[in-house]
Amino acid sequence: MKVNVASEWLNSCSGCEISIIDMGERLLDVLQVADIVHLPALMDSKYFGQMGDKSHLSIPKADVGIISGSIRNQEHVEVAEEMRKKCNIIIALGTCATHGGIPSLSNSYDNEETLDRYYSTESTDVENNKNDTGKGYPAKDIPKLLDACYALDEKIKVDIYLPGCPPHPDHIFHALTALVSGKELKLPEKSVCDTCPTIRKGKGDLKKLRRFLEAPLYGAAGESLDKMRCLLEQGFLCMGPVTRGGCGGDAKDPRCISARVPCRGCYGPVRHEGNQRLDMLNALVSNGIDINSLPESTSLLRFSGGHGMLRPKFKKKKEI
Amino acid sequence: MGKMINIQPITRIEGHASIGIQLDDDGNVADARVNVMSLRGFEKFVEGKPAEELPRIVNRICGICPWMHHLASNKAVDGCFGVVPTPAGHKLRELMQTISHAEDKLLHFFFLAAADFVIGPDSDYAVRNVIGIVKANPELASKVVKMRQMAKMILDKFSKKTIHPVAGVPGGFAKPLLEEERVDILDKMRQILDFAMFTMDFAKKEVFPKYLETIQSLGVIKTGFIGTVDDEGALNLYDGKLRLMKPDMTYEEFAPANYTDYLAEKIIDHSYGKFPYAKSWNEGFSMDLENPKGIYRANTLARINVADKMATPKAQAELEEFRSLFGRPAQATLLYHYARLIEEVYACERAIEILEDPVITDPDVRAKVEPKAGRGVGCVEAPRGTLIHDYSTDENGLITRANLIVGTTHNLGPINMSVNQAARSLIKNGTYDEGTLNKIEMAVRAYDP
Ligand code: SF4
Ligand code: SF4
Ligand code: SF4
Repeated sequence: MKVNVASEWLNSCSGCEISIIDMGERLLDVLQVADIVHLPALMDSKYFGQMGDKSHLSIPKADVGIISGSIRNQEHVEVAEEMRKKCNIIIALGTCATHGGIPSLSNSYDNEETLDRYYSTESTDVENNKNDTGKGYPAKDIPKLLDACYALDEKIKVDIYLPGCPPHPDHIFHALTALVSGKELKLPEKSVCDTCPTIRKGKGDLKKLRRFLEAPLYGAAGESLDKMRCLLEQGFLCMGPVTRGGCGGDAKDPRCISARVPCRGCYGPVRHEGNQRLDMLNALVSNGIDINSLPESTSLLRFSGGHGMLRPKFKKKKEI
Repeated sequence: MGKMINIQPITRIEGHASIGIQLDDDGNVADARVNVMSLRGFEKFVEGKPAEELPRIVNRICGICPWMHHLASNKAVDGCFGVVPTPAGHKLRELMQTISHAEDKLLHFFFLAAADFVIGPDSDYAVRNVIGIVKANPELASKVVKMRQMAKMILDKFSKKTIHPVAGVPGGFAKPLLEEERVDILDKMRQILDFAMFTMDFAKKEVFPKYLETIQSLGVIKTGFIGTVDDEGALNLYDGKLRLMKPDMTYEEFAPANYTDYLAEKIIDHSYGKFPYAKSWNEGFSMDLENPKGIYRANTLARINVADKMATPKAQAELEEFRSLFGRPAQATLLYHYARLIEEVYACERAIEILEDPVITDPDVRAKVEPKAGRGVGCVEAPRGTLIHDYSTDENGLITRANLIVGTTHNLGPINMSVNQAARSLIKNGTYDEGTLNKIEMAVRAYDP
């Protein structure tokens, strides 16, 4: 029997959907066992009927509903609620859906600050743009912004979390095949460090972290990853210790580290409720590293600013 | 007032938008427009962040073309910190960007747009998609999936993370290219070039001739164009000067850093996204179909219209054939698809050229940078149009101000006009069906927003 799948993207970038397509030929295998009934990126099913004349937003019924993106406006709420109503299982796909993702960095500001900046940039024609709001903000036939950027489970119940920005195509494939065959889904629950083959000798006399402004030492051009010293031990901020592992997919090696670049935490916290900023700062402090050597710390929550982790009032306190 | 038609969401496009068509009492179009539904506020929330982190933050603007944001951002940070990337770092960035273009165009043509032509604009919506193509023409579909995957995996394997890349860094690139990798990628790019030529032929035989009438009527408007050219006036995707052309072919050229002298953005009440227009034409902004003001277009058709020539031989031959059929500048909106395939050929040829340049395997890929106060404007041609990132930093190299003009937004005015034109010419006296509404969306899809 085929499984019906509906998919939606909310406050998202399409990267999660492209990661689905990046399953490549395996996507064709999935299509043998799954019927896609709704997927705006690839299919023409409409909210208000195919003639655009219905008054209520409607999405077809499905066994599995996949949702990427966070929730930022009134339409996202409506679509998420309709998906919940019509789908037996809801998968939160990607770190925007599971934790707010990069767009939740906007939670450090209130909407007015965000709108004020966007509608008054150097290239914006401000003079000729005053409307009834007196500020020139668009307001007609577009969904109202919520007060903040929310993770999906702050608005609807989520059954399965697939973090990652985006999740690796291998994970998406395993999740979909597990669902179709009724098997239990096993996802890695370790940290990025647990999957990282770099050499660790202890931090030595490291006291301060450096910004990533120069190349780390990694030997000859093609030297394998297990010959490179851990980037954190080389003195670069690396979020591996506080980030959910698995970004390398079946190949295992963490993606950024393989590119000789430190981890920034795109798989979200190791435990769903974890706080990447707090956990990272704690880890640094307990290793005697001066956290004032970091230029700022909001960025440590760049992937997980939903769930009230980032709030406007933070900016009024002194940033460490 | 008559009925309101609400096409929501616009599907098989990259972004989030809807079309509203207001009919009058006789069932004719009173007003038609495109609403851009979301706003994420990158311009605000990057403030205070270390500039070198921006290329890994702003790439999340778009998961289809993250390399474009990643590289425009790297260029802008280079500017702020006053650093010039090493020659190999520069070339590796361009290589990634060019291959990403090649991948993106296959994705758009076959996965998003082709169903309208291969399955047909009036066909049932349930099969009018890439899955329908897989069922109708499994051989072609499996070839497409294989080739697109090959391009994508070149990027993934070498850069290690291609959706939301991290390998571009201020000062250059994070890792060098090995000789055996170069040979492997070169071989694959030659196969993709062959496929690009196959696609070009397929489209010229099976697609464009069948839809000539639609091409010459659907969503047709008259506008200016913008794109990047090199010193010889040839199209360049990665670097060069911007050429802003009026409908009569006269043009101005400028360095990307001076963009605010030439371009401005209008706030439109029904769209979170702002609508850019040509400020330097001094005629204001109007989307009037008969007499538009300040309206220019970006993306494939725009680039091949502003360019005097293509820098590679096969693409040049295709451009000549295109011009002999449609002239210069070509205004028909559906020709964006044709132009996209010409650029596909160029992107493959250009990637091969870069791979044949010995500097590409030089291990000196990254110059050390020092954070400092400055300003930098980074510009690349994204698949969807000219992309501009403009940052300023303080003495610690933290962002004090950022302004972005994203490729798609240049076309917001033109997309609205094309939708208006299509709706007015297709909906008459209350007569329309699902196929009609899909054709109106086709006018949007051509722009690949
Ligand atoms: S999780 Fe990442 S890839 Fe997915 S929608 Fe969010 S930003 Fe895009
Ligand atoms: S800190 Fe970074 S480099 Fe070190 S082990 Fe963890 S993930 Fe690997
Ligand atoms: S190394 Fe960290 S930032 Fe990079 S892909 Fe993995 S989890 Fe994401």
